[in-house]
Amino acid sequence: MSKNSSNTVKEPLIHFTKRDDITGIKSVLVHGIGLLAGLIVCAVFIMLVTGLSPIEVYVKMFQGTFGGDVTRLKALHHTAILLAISLAVTPAFKMKFWNIGAEGQVLIGALAAAFCMLEYGNTLQEPVLLLVMFLTSMLAGIIWAIIPAIFKALWNTNETLFTLMMNYVATTLVGYFIMVKDRSGRSDLGILNERTGYGYLPKLFGQDYYLNISIVIFITILVFIYLKYSKQGYEISVVGESQNTAKYIGINVKKVIIRTMAISGAICGITGLLLVAGSPTPSINESIVGGQGFTAILVSWMAKFNPIIMIFVSALVVFLGDGGASATDALKIDSSVGEVLTAIIIFFIIGCEFFIRYKVSFRKRQKGDK
Amino acid sequence: MKRLLALVLAIVMVAAFAVGCSGKKTGNGDDNNVLSINDVEKTVPDTITAIPKEELKVGFIFLHDQNSTYDKNFMDAATAVTERLGLTNDQVIFKTNIPESEACYETAKELVNAGCDLIFADSFGHEPYMIKAAKEFKNVQFCHATGTRAITEKVGNYHNAFASIYEGRYLAGIAAGMKLKEMVAAGKVTEDKLKIGYVGAFPYAEVISGYTSFYLGVKSVCPTVKMEVKYTNSWFDITAENTAAKALIDSGCVLISQHADSSGAPSACEEAGVPNIAYNIDTSNIGPNTAIISSKISWEPYFEYIIKTMINGGKIDADYCADLENGGVQLTKLNEKVAAKGTMEAINAAKEKLIKGELNVFDTATFTVGGKKLTTYLADVVDNGDYVPDSEAISNGYFSESTMRSAPYFNIIIDGITAEQ
Repeated sequence: MSKNSSNTVKEPLIHFTKRDDITGIKSVLVHGIGLLAGLIVCAVFIMLVTGLSPIEVYVKMFQGTFGGDVTRLKALHHTAILLAISLAVTPAFKMKFWNIGAEGQVLIGALAAAFCMLEYGNTLQEPVLLLVMFLTSMLAGIIWAIIPAIFKALWNTNETLFTLMMNYVATTLVGYFIMVKDRSGRSDLGILNERTGYGYLPKLFGQDYYLNISIVIFITILVFIYLKYSKQGYEISVVGESQNTAKYIGINVKKVIIRTMAISGAICGITGLLLVAGSPTPSINESIVGGQGFTAILVSWMAKFNPIIMIFVSALVVFLGDGGASATDALKIDSSVGEVLTAIIIFFIIGCEFFIRYKVSFRKRQKGDK
Repeated sequence: MKRLLALVLAIVMVAAFAVGCSGKKTGNGDDNNVLSINDVEKTVPDTITAIPKEELKVGFIFLHDQNSTYDKNFMDAATAVTERLGLTNDQVIFKTNIPESEACYETAKELVNAGCDLIFADSFGHEPYMIKAAKEFKNVQFCHATGTRAITEKVGNYHNAFASIYEGRYLAGIAAGMKLKEMVAAGKVTEDKLKIGYVGAFPYAEVISGYTSFYLGVKSVCPTVKMEVKYTNSWFDITAENTAAKALIDSGCVLISQHADSSGAPSACEEAGVPNIAYNIDTSNIGPNTAIISSKISWEPYFEYIIKTMINGGKIDADYCADLENGGVQLTKLNEKVAAKGTMEAINAAKEKLIKGELNVFDTATFTVGGKKLTTYLADVVDNGDYVPDSEAISNGYFSESTMRSAPYFNIIIDGITAEQ
């Protein structure tokens, strides 16, 4: 493709050019159009597969997330938890460290909290117990995250596989814990400390989840400031852009990798604590994180690692999930329909990225053409 | 910053240690006194004021959706009964895929918020969450299948239900025994080598009661039979159930039954040409050449009972047990192609005796434990979280299953059965 031959080659019909900058408004507009297009495709899918009116489905989805106090608070809490995990994975991803072990890091934090509740519930005074739970959960998350980080930093092992494998170790440990603690024979611990209430996080304003949500808001602000304004946040960006540049300007890359993963792990561990002790009915099982450790990766990327945008993306994902499940229940159709709708919408929103990074131009009809 | 953190950590540790050594919280008291079922002042259920049929709203919480045979059984019954009683679509709310966790409590609250007067949950693990919701919303009735705590919790608007499914399993066992007898007569297997296999879910009372009653049914026809049990430690695991069934067949079992709802065991049996007795679903489409019959719980009588009570007013039993007589315990259609001749007659004869009380499944004259006849046995009937056996279950020469509480409590491994995990 030499430059001087371009005059003779016919210009293609569609033409993509990379664009460097896009204004905020334009970006919102592109996403808006993407969402709309997604909804239209969903509507076609709904009509073809279920024969129902798409409007009816959307209304039910809306009701299933926002209809009623209980539902609204539930959706808000789901959003908070997903947001917390998304925030946790963000520093690592920004550093181009492919941490897909958030699931396990949250789970091990949850296990640590459950362990403390059962082991020390009877012996420690409540404030001390809560503090011990907080610290062990956080520490558990950190340990789970820095093991792969240390291996990566020192021996350049593949962190994707390592963090993934750590998920399975965490799952197995939870299974083992339940087996040891369970006396019913059904591998189910029920509500932890059901009769005593030891180790339950206090209720803020007498409301379930308010404390969890407040803690996540606090974490969001911290992560935002850390990434945007702190020196360490800047180091993360540099390491992410190019490790060689980082080395050249005197950043200790190994230290940054381990430190950043420790932060990721700490937030995951705390989220695990919130999932268990922050619930009005604390319990522990292998699926308590429910794949959110993986969904969080999607959220973090879709938000382009921006904690503020992450709030909206988490809310959207929760809306699609909760609303979809609620709508399929209300209309008595198979629950997989809801999952398909979620997939379509997310596909379209991610598809927007293409139009944000590239400019599409069509061949202009040139009057002077021979 | 680091020093501060270290200091805080050190203080916390010291404080934790000091407190841990000095002041223990007082125990919850439950562990100290063991209550027998006779000591328990059984829950007096609330009296329900009649709700006009047009205003009644019912919510159902299901563990999975219609793709799970366990839940489908409940969903079909709920649909059939609510339609029969003339409730409209808006009056019946289904919530599917609700795990045994916080989500169950949340869903119960959402249903209350949506105006439900009666809420039902279908899985054992939903129980503590339902109880919590019941305590919170006193004017809504909460009903729960397979649970154990209604009689002891003293929550007037919380109710348990189960079925005397052991009777159904016993009858299915008779069908198996008839088949074995036919196989012996045909010279396919000798009487001293009669061994059957059972794929169980978890090693606890519901499963043990289930396979023991099945075994006793088989034994009533073939006294020399032995049974080997393998647990999968899961309620639904197609692969594990399939593998367990194959292992049992390899170890010489000539007939297989299971307490698990997947198609794993029936399809392994069909592949190996070994007769199978299933549970809760008719498996003759999976094993046209091997499926004999299944025992099954029908939830229609219970749903009808609770919804009608809501409409007419009155009380819902704290603990309800469906049985052969009211149609809660059923057998699916006998697969004549596989079953031995005379099976249906034998089943019907035994069924009649069971209903009349002339026959008891756990008759202590028909089995031994450790070589001895069982004359006394304490079962864990009162469920206050202690897992301590508390109530005498042997009376009038038999183990009285599902009478003190609908959920099974027979958890003895009797002679002739070997169970391994």
